[in-house]
Amino acid sequence: MLTYITRRVLASLMILLGASFIVYMLVAYSGDPLAEIRSTNSPSKEAQLQARTEMLNLNVPPALRYFLWLGGAAKCLVPFAGECDLGVTLQNQPVTAALSQAIPTTLQLVTTAAVLAIVLGISIGIVTALRQYSTLDYGVTFVSFLFFSLPVFWVAVLLKEFGAIGFNDFLRDPFIATTTIVVVSLIAALLWTVLLAGSWRRRLITFAAAFAATFAVMYFLSVTRWFSDPSLGVVVIGLTGVAIAFGATTLFAGLRNRKALYASLTTVGLGVVAYFVLQPIFESNASLWLILGLLVLSLGAAWGIGHAFGGYDRGQSRKAAMLTSFGMGALVLLDQFMQHWAEYTTNSKVRGRPIATIGAETPNLNGDFWLTGIDKYTHLILPTVALILISLASYTRYSRASMLEVMGQDYVRTARAKGLSERVVVTRHAFRNALIPLATIVAIDIGALIGGAVITESVFSFKGMGVLFLNGVRGIDPNPVMGVFLVTAITAVVFNLLADLTYSALDPRVRVKA
Amino acid sequence: MTTLLENTAGVPGGTPEAPEQVKGLSQGQIVRRRFFGHRAAVISIVVLALVVVLSISAIGLGPIPGWWKYSYTQTPTLMDGGRPTLQLWPFSLGEHPFGQDRVGRDMFAMTMRGAQISLFIMLLVGSLAALVGVLIGATSGFFRGKVEAVLMRFTDMIIIIPALIAASVVARSASSVVLLAVFLGLVSWTGMARLVRGDFLTLREREFVDAARLAGASNSRIIFRHILPNAVGVITVNTTLLMSAAILTETALSYVGLGVQNPDTSLGKLISDNQAAFSTRPWLFWWPGLFIVVICLTINFIGDGLRDAFDPRQKKIVLRRVKESPASAELRQSVDARVPATGAVSPAVSGGVVEPLDDPKDAGEGNDDVDGRR
Repeated sequence: MLTYITRRVLASLMILLGASFIVYMLVAYSGDPLAEIRSTNSPSKEAQLQARTEMLNLNVPPALRYFLWLGGAAKCLVPFAGECDLGVTLQNQPVTAALSQAIPTTLQLVTTAAVLAIVLGISIGIVTALRQYSTLDYGVTFVSFLFFSLPVFWVAVLLKEFGAIGFNDFLRDPFIATTTIVVVSLIAALLWTVLLAGSWRRRLITFAAAFAATFAVMYFLSVTRWFSDPSLGVVVIGLTGVAIAFGATTLFAGLRNRKALYASLTTVGLGVVAYFVLQPIFESNASLWLILGLLVLSLGAAWGIGHAFGGYDRGQSRKAAMLTSFGMGALVLLDQFMQHWAEYTTNSKVRGRPIATIGAETPNLNGDFWLTGIDKYTHLILPTVALILISLASYTRYSRASMLEVMGQDYVRTARAKGLSERVVVTRHAFRNALIPLATIVAIDIGALIGGAVITESVFSFKGMGVLFLNGVRGIDPNPVMGVFLVTAITAVVFNLLADLTYSALDPRVRVKA
Repeated sequence: MTTLLENTAGVPGGTPEAPEQVKGLSQGQIVRRRFFGHRAAVISIVVLALVVVLSISAIGLGPIPGWWKYSYTQTPTLMDGGRPTLQLWPFSLGEHPFGQDRVGRDMFAMTMRGAQISLFIMLLVGSLAALVGVLIGATSGFFRGKVEAVLMRFTDMIIIIPALIAASVVARSASSVVLLAVFLGLVSWTGMARLVRGDFLTLREREFVDAARLAGASNSRIIFRHILPNAVGVITVNTTLLMSAAILTETALSYVGLGVQNPDTSLGKLISDNQAAFSTRPWLFWWPGLFIVVICLTINFIGDGLRDAFDPRQKKIVLRRVKESPASAELRQSVDARVPATGAVSPAVSGGVVEPLDDPKDAGEGNDDVDGRR
């Protein structure tokens, strides 16, 4: 194993060297960094030319210049020495500094999108695989092909127009027209009917119930002008929590396992109590660490509750309770953010248009933790949605295919023959094995995604690596381009290696060649 | 078990002859039948053909004039703020069906030109990448050893080079559509090479390769006459995927200004030029986008149809009809007689894979020859 890893790392290094050389040459021959100065009539033209040639070592031929660059880049390998030197931009700013500003922005954007796309895509894929050739399956297949065919910049511009400008206009007077309510309710009812399939009678009931429920909720939200000052309140949190508790129990233990159900419901009760306790604490001193601490605390408490209730399988109760507590925590947090929504929209910097179309934050917005949090999310939401829409499709297709493959395996039939319930067959036997090939795809995709958000970043003016890269390419600025390339290439190579190792760790039938 | 043997005869790379004297279908015939049974794929082919014909006939190609009165470079006077005049009922094109841009250029002509360029780039990138990918994949998969190691490391190297870089070189040095397509093709063959290599690795161990070698066939003959036809499914499917990826890459590049350059236009460039005018002239934005989506969607569906046609494990249509029809028994017989291979494969797949979930009776049906699936 160790020899395998060593060999792979060495091979990866060679690949990186080769690829960086090719890219360096391409960048060097893509344009002349001096052209901009040559075309000016500035009196100090000669001096400027001299300075820039000096700065970028332009008097050295590109093939040799690469080694100068490499010498600086190699220092990055020395850990904690702080001698990393990736050259300077045309503005004489070190590339490392520009990168260290850009990387967090990109990561922030990409991680949210990747996590959501993976979770959503896999769930949708699994569900459609379990209901192969149903209306739902055909619908999802069509929609995923459609998303797959959408150019990301087109989606992004549409999102800006309707998601941001349209929604902000709507927020000015959050009253939903009756026709809109009817149409949305019809669509929602249709979706629920397709999702919950069954006999005609059941479908009709689902349709009617979903229509009535959606209509009522939307009408209520419209009449009370909920969108201008949204909140959940303890009742909604409690009810949603109970729903989550039932869902989590069904997923992990089955509703027959009463101990697990009671454990989850107790967690909901605890969550409601925590809601009241936490209000003053959240108001006075909120920080990311507090939230993280509370998350750990609540998961620990849920673990304890599940353990205490026990039953014949303690693990199931613990898992169900922990998922419930995670959901409750998210709800309480969401409610807290909502409580500050009105304050945010009426802020003089925001001026009633909360959903932003450009940038990663509102400049000079001075607010507490909650206000800056909302600001961050309102800026992240559109690019994240655009990225999710694009990558959702492939995850759905992969997980569907993988699940179908697994559901046809002998061990699934054996599990059924043993008399296990369908839930156990699907969650314990099929789902876990279906995830194995997905782990590889996810690892490779994350590597690619970090470099792949270039277009999205540029549409939404997110000052991340994509914009740094594009500006470098457009402005014939070789060093930042190489810097971004280095980061994306290293992540791609590392995640490729990780993908192979995960695969062999998860599936013992696969042996890596030593 | 007889069905099983017939079944392998239809599978790519199966034994070439069924032992029974059933009137066999060639692999091409089977694939064609399956493909034309895939409704979405057939519709997609028709739509794509319409788009191609429309874009070429409307404004012509090169020196050949088209039937549309404006060219994409003319600037007629602006009428009614450049609003589109297309009417669906009663159908009439009007003066400017897709509207006009700021300076009055006819959007219909420009969109058609953009579609032409995008389709051209798509074809060139697709075929070039397929060619390079197949060559490299086939060589490394067939010869193994040092050749494979070198070629695959080279592939790994090209994979991490972003298409944007290759495009920027072209955008700076020469603004030629052909050159852009060639460069894009030269960086996007990597996935194809890996897949073809994988296919070759398994195919080269098969008996028919040994037989061919014993008969004295040269390496190139084995590769091109014996193995490559068996890998044609993977290659075709992947080529369609390459093409749909190519059109998205091209439009994205043109969108950030590194793709097709003035005076030529492409669908991505049209969107990029007009996105600022979205609130005042939304039609300038909708039409090119619609064409991108339609072209890409149809190609993806054609690829899906091809995959189903080439991969017997994905078969579904025949059984589905059999199950739902009241006269299922008769129909099944007729289906089996007509398409031996498909008929034999499909119960194994659809019956064995998922149907048992809701109907345990079907599980038995799939159990008989579930091995035929693998």
